Amino acid sequence: MSELTASQRLDIIRHKGRPTVNDYIPRIFDRFMEMHGDRLFGDDGAIMGGIAYFKGTPVTVIAQVKGRDLAENQRCNFGMPHPEGYRKALRLAKQAEKFHRPVICLVDTAGAFCGVDAEKRGQGEAIAKNLMELMTLKTPIISIVLGEGGSGGALALAVCDELAMLENAIYSVISPRGFASILWKDPSREREACDIMKITAKDLTRLGVCDAIIPEAPGGAHNDPNVTANNISDYISKALERKLKKGLDELVNERYNKFRIVGEFKEPPRSSITG
Amino acid sequence: MLEDLFSMVKVRFNGDKTDDDTKKTDIPKGLLFKCPRCRNVTFSDEFNKNGKVCPVCNYHSRLSARERLDITVDKGSFREFDRYMISGNPIGFPDYEQKQIAMREKTGLKDAVLTGRAKIYNKDTVIIVMDSNFMMASMGSVVGEKITRAFEYATAHKLPVIAFTASGGARMQEGIVSLMQMAKTSGAVARHNEAGQLYIAVMTDPTTGGVTASFASLGDIIIAEPKVLIGFAGRRVIEGTINQKLPDDFQSAEFMLENGFVDMIVERKRMRRVLSHILRMHNYTGEVAAK
Repeated sequence: MSELTASQRLDIIRHKGRPTVNDYIPRIFDRFMEMHGDRLFGDDGAIMGGIAYFKGTPVTVIAQVKGRDLAENQRCNFGMPHPEGYRKALRLAKQAEKFHRPVICLVDTAGAFCGVDAEKRGQGEAIAKNLMELMTLKTPIISIVLGEGGSGGALALAVCDELAMLENAIYSVISPRGFASILWKDPSREREACDIMKITAKDLTRLGVCDAIIPEAPGGAHNDPNVTANNISDYISKALERKLKKGLDELVNERYNKFRIVGEFKEPPRSSITG
Repeated sequence: MLEDLFSMVKVRFNGDKTDDDTKKTDIPKGLLFKCPRCRNVTFSDEFNKNGKVCPVCNYHSRLSARERLDITVDKGSFREFDRYMISGNPIGFPDYEQKQIAMREKTGLKDAVLTGRAKIYNKDTVIIVMDSNFMMASMGSVVGEKITRAFEYATAHKLPVIAFTASGGARMQEGIVSLMQMAKTSGAVARHNEAGQLYIAVMTDPTTGGVTASFASLGDIIIAEPKVLIGFAGRRVIEGTINQKLPDDFQSAEFMLENGFVDMIVERKRMRRVLSHILRMHNYTGEVAAK
């Protein structure tokens, strides 16, 4: 199981029985109460948010919704959020901060929606605002990539204290299809792109982006959503235990540094920086 | 995102591809400027004298980072930060090192952004200028690190930041590391913001993708140059989604103004004065911090 290639994992996460947040939320949380709307424009079906108990502790859950059939997918726009989705996420995160609730983000999107209305309503601004605000949010944030973590649309829910990925999940700067289309002008070379992009949980652990890999049921999460949900639940318990004992300033500083150190560059020993 | 930028706004006039049959006049390269917006052709002299602005439609075309600094900051005041920083190859992308070497030779730049400290009408500021000649100013490790350091410097020295943005988005060759630069730069903006300092973003041609979705959209004040391209998703991607052609002004500075994502559109020739006024209105009156 552990030595699958990225493109083999792509098959697993695209399996039509792959569990979605609609399967996981009831298995992991109790009394999930969904909260709607961004208070500015509307309610986006691609991002679901609300309050629930996690093992007795109130938490805010923010989750990207993928559908499993056409009707579900029409409601959630194939898991591709509009700006109002990101603004709803931010509203709920701010609410969590006010009431000292940890935030659990479940990431599962090919990317933010690309369309005329999304541009008119400021898709770029909505994502940017989330990155900035989540970076300084004074409450713990745990993000878990369930299937696909695509681009800025995923990152907008993944500025966090700890990032975990399901064993077969991928997280990338752009979908493999988009990557092939940009670099080779040929979207059909998706699988080839997949294997050079370094997008598996193991790759991202090596690159310092992923902090924990959550095992799936043997053969993939679709084989047993209960097992996978239990593993996610175990991970959240441990992660929250680690984060809740930190002071808020320490937490926010460590979050800043988690992202601050990512990058690979060279410069002469004595930098020319002034000051 | 990147794909259509390269093809769409590329200024190209093949004067030397004359076909004998058509008896076209042989026009030396560089004599004429064909505007990628209105498609009118003007003499390069006239275009250059006009500050590289199309004399017909007022499209503000791209400037190199050096050209931008020359028309923006006080003569001799720019002191560059991190001028020797070059990128590694974090995901071991094939031929990325060679590509960078070639770009460095072609542009004289180490990567796609210059950062530093400068004065505008004698007022100190940190300045960030992206240069689309270097890999479409895509944001990788160096762009992310230099911008982050520039904001951190400004926070520590109580200085404003002025960022001239231009980018095709994330640098694909650096994979996820490139995506993380969006969070990293936005975090640095957040701290500068919390410290109560002013950040002015000036969006120039083209400001798109991961740069639009991070620090470029986070200015206290957001200015755009006339007719430039600003957006999140690539035009072709959207056209593919909706299956129809988009109007010419879609994702222009004017479109962003109309939809409420830009404070004002400012012409190049007025930019330096406008920036100076804004700095003064925020009580940045002269020398701010010890050097």
